[in-house]
Amino acid sequence: MNDLVQCINLHKSYMTKKALQNVNLNFQKGKIIGLLGPNGSGKTTLMKIIADLHKQSAGEISICGEKPSHKTREYVAYMPTENFIYGWMRVKEAVEFYAEMYADFEKERALELLSFMEIDLKQKVSSLSTGQRARLKVTLIISRRAKIYMLDEPLNGLDPISRSKIKECIIDQFDSEGVMIISTHLVNEIEQILDEVVFLNHGEVILEGETENLRVQRGKSLEEIYKEVYGHA
Amino acid sequence: MEFDNEIPIYLQIMAMIKTDLVIGKILKGDKLLSTRDMAVALKVNPNTIARVYRELESESICFTKRGMGTFITEDESKIESLKEQLVDDYLSQFMKKMEQLNYSIGDIITKLKRFEEATHE
Repeated sequence: MNDLVQCINLHKSYMTKKALQNVNLNFQKGKIIGLLGPNGSGKTTLMKIIADLHKQSAGEISICGEKPSHKTREYVAYMPTENFIYGWMRVKEAVEFYAEMYADFEKERALELLSFMEIDLKQKVSSLSTGQRARLKVTLIISRRAKIYMLDEPLNGLDPISRSKIKECIIDQFDSEGVMIISTHLVNEIEQILDEVVFLNHGEVILEGETENLRVQRGKSLEEIYKEVYGHA
Repeated sequence: MEFDNEIPIYLQIMAMIKTDLVIGKILKGDKLLSTRDMAVALKVNPNTIARVYRELESESICFTKRGMGTFITEDESKIESLKEQLVDDYLSQFMKKMEQLNYSIGDIITKLKRFEEATHE
């Protein structure tokens, strides 16, 4: 089965606010997908529904053919924007914590990646710089053997070296049996590693397609298309 | 490598490999980096590199040995014709621009001779 994530007429409202409206999407294995849009466009809401952290208000969603549940959580690796690692832990303890929490966590791989990321295992999580902490977050997520990986804003507010290392890690560790969904508004930073893009605005999909096709059709970079779509130069 | 994001990335990488081949930076029979290593080196999507190799294979510029990787053709004539093709591409781009400026072939030749004399002075 190639469709790892399937959304049919997905809606989500918070009180009176419509966070997602009529979203129809298929994410296939072997692809790196960019979820693009300004803040408040619904990127995080969509990820949280896929991760079974939120429930949709209407419509259907299936993860590898099943409804989101504690079972699908086993093969969904989701990195939220927040700092989800306890500050009091040392890096090594965080790795061990993850290894206990997730059956598919590959400790050896995590340790290898951390050395590539230049993060000291003995350091306390709370004493890591913003860039180091972001690298640690990505490492912990990518070290799982999941089917669906989701990184919410992995490059925001980071220094160039951290961004470059995270990008390299995504490319190098990308599993062609899985799907990687990356949300961002830093399009320029990431457009060369995306197979497909989904542009969200006010909870609706306003454009989607294969990155290379969009370049041919419009004769523009993704970044320029983004600016055009969201109407600010 | 810096990419022009307005043009499909796979085409730019294909052009890069072809140019490297014509100028002798890559030689016939050379093994290309694995898809993943090439993707990491160029910081692009691994699927983009897979596509580059597929397209180059369909143009008989490279071939895949099962379980061993992707290699540049051993066929010298293929490389020679690639060079011709690249020269033709550059020339047709150049001609298009010159035609826009209303230059005839005769004008261009005269201009080229003067250009050569000027650069040799």
